[in-house]
Amino acid sequence: MSVDHRQVTNTIERPRPELVDGPVVIEVRDIAKEFLIPDQRLDTFKERVTHPMAKRGGRRLRALRGVSFDVHQGEFFGIVGRNGSGKSTLLKIMASIYRADGGHLRMAGRLAPFIELGVGFNPELTSRENVVLNGVLMGLTRQEARRRLDAVLDFAELRDFVDLKLKNYSSGMMVRLAFAVMVQADADVMLIDEVLAVGDASFAQKCVDVFRERRNAGKTVVLVTHDMATVQSFCDRAMLLEDGELKYLGDPEETALRYYRMNFGGRGDHDQPQDVPDVNARLIDAWLENPAGERVDNIEQGDPIGFNVIFEARHDLVNPVFGFHFQTADGVQVFGFTQHLDVPDSEADVLREGQRVHLHGTIENRLLPGRYVVRAMISRNRAFGDLALHVLRLIEFVVYGTEPGAGTVSVDTDIEATIEDAP
Amino acid sequence: MTDDALTLRDVRGPSALGGSVRRSLELLYLIAVTEFKRTYFGTALGYLWSLCRPLLLFAVLLVVFTHIVRLGKQVPHYPELLLLNIVLFGFFQEATMTAVGSVLSQESIVRKTQFPRIVIPLAVVLTSVFNLMFNLVVVVVFLLGSEIWPRWTWLGMIPVLGALFVFTAAVSMILSALYPRFRDIGIIWAVAATALLYGTPVLFPLQHATGTLNRVLASNPLAPLFELTRRWVIQPDAPVQHSAFDIAVPLALYALICGLAVWVFNREAPRIAEAL
Repeated sequence: MSVDHRQVTNTIERPRPELVDGPVVIEVRDIAKEFLIPDQRLDTFKERVTHPMAKRGGRRLRALRGVSFDVHQGEFFGIVGRNGSGKSTLLKIMASIYRADGGHLRMAGRLAPFIELGVGFNPELTSRENVVLNGVLMGLTRQEARRRLDAVLDFAELRDFVDLKLKNYSSGMMVRLAFAVMVQADADVMLIDEVLAVGDASFAQKCVDVFRERRNAGKTVVLVTHDMATVQSFCDRAMLLEDGELKYLGDPEETALRYYRMNFGGRGDHDQPQDVPDVNARLIDAWLENPAGERVDNIEQGDPIGFNVIFEARHDLVNPVFGFHFQTADGVQVFGFTQHLDVPDSEADVLREGQRVHLHGTIENRLLPGRYVVRAMISRNRAFGDLALHVLRLIEFVVYGTEPGAGTVSVDTDIEATIEDAP
Repeated sequence: MTDDALTLRDVRGPSALGGSVRRSLELLYLIAVTEFKRTYFGTALGYLWSLCRPLLLFAVLLVVFTHIVRLGKQVPHYPELLLLNIVLFGFFQEATMTAVGSVLSQESIVRKTQFPRIVIPLAVVLTSVFNLMFNLVVVVVFLLGSEIWPRWTWLGMIPVLGALFVFTAAVSMILSALYPRFRDIGIIWAVAATALLYGTPVLFPLQHATGTLNRVLASNPLAPLFELTRRWVIQPDAPVQHSAFDIAVPLALYALICGLAVWVFNREAPRIAEAL
């Protein structure tokens, strides 16, 4: 296993605190929202008639309790919080999908009036019809939407499939189309909910590209997410919500830390291995290759495993050690190995903030057919307890083949069976 | 960056109308057209299927009312009148029945984008209008075949169809707005719409009903529309009831239902996304 240790172009966008001095484009004052969670759901006439005395009451859920903040022009603004903290409700109020019960809200510029990608895509329609419909949904005229059709299709690289119904698209094609529509809509303010939570790796990558493009184009973006890596990479400021209240507003790094503390702070069960969040280092990519050097999800029995992982340091990592455990799907450890940075003796054994490390090489494959999981750890300061990152499921893969056996590995044996003469 | 991009405007949440009128109209048209194409041209026989329904109903009713009940024999041009009435009532029935669940079936956009909510039921009605136009072509061919020739009074159908459209839209708005809260309204309306077929002068002219039945039919807001259609398109000398009751009651009900539609939809629209 060799370690490719190099400075890569810095992909973490620096926060731009100076934007706070710019004009306000979203002004949120004291926004409150309550939902009635009925004890008993009466949603037919029949039930209303047969249970005329049933109370119409229920539990009141205060989703937002007087939240106030400003978003300035060109800011990339993150909203984070646990499930049920009110962040999506807040976004929906900003997008005029829900109506607030109290407070007021003012906005400037043209808002992209949707909060997820591919909203309103109809699988029964062709991409041509979908693009025009979506364009109009986003506030373009039909003529404008038609004019931009070519640009959208070029961006999505789907010109050859313009008259194909969307239901016949692969998920990747659908994602490309959704992104192209969003970029071409060219709104001043975009509100986005949790896009990275859905979709595959290519989807996530495309998201990141669009975020960067929007950010650099000086567009205002409000993003609701669970993904602290995105918050730390893109946001100029971020806001932490808990139980409908604003807990923190400011530096994205600090917001992420507080979010983690909230999530991981109170837990004491050390017996169960847990993910260590990517505050100090983050996983960029991890994949397997077959002997031909192609990325594969599964490996044929006996073929050497081409192993590739790229990490990025968020803070300086001194004396980092990269450890990998191969386990069966049931959690039984099969084997593991560790790797240090490959640096000359004269240099310090440090992975600097923003630097990436690419671990790559091949692993002898003695695994029997079955499902396996790779766990990854980065420890630092030559101390195994000091974990900088712990990824429980780095890669999941299947070894396929026609020679199953007992246990989980096959080993070379040199055993003969000879008949002995009776004594 | 234009000034517009920096001028703060109040955001008041979703509403029945609201937003730019142009965008609403464009959305309305696009949703209706795509839905029409999908429904009527998506299948092999496409539009022919949708034509089969009124034609079959027409054939059955024609046999019933000319050979069994024999009421049809007393009405001049009965087959032509029956076909035209069935096509017009079919429009009302199809639009309102589809509209009931329309907000729910468009859940994906209602919960995730902002646009005037009224577009949804109106688009359903507009889709049915397209279908009605095709069906009316068939009816006109049938009329010409029966030697009923066009005359100036046919232009009277423009306001009649307009009034039918407005009333259908009003009922559709009420149904679609209430459906998220009362999920059985679909079943109730299916029964009510069938009852309404017999409560409207569709199968026979108003004058053939007597006593209380006549009063009930005459108070139906749709009744004057069918009566005027008969007179203007089929039989210019047809008698039309025009007592104060026959004009005031259906007109008042018509206005009441339209007003109710605006009130109900306005009331429900801001929170309709939360009820889904």
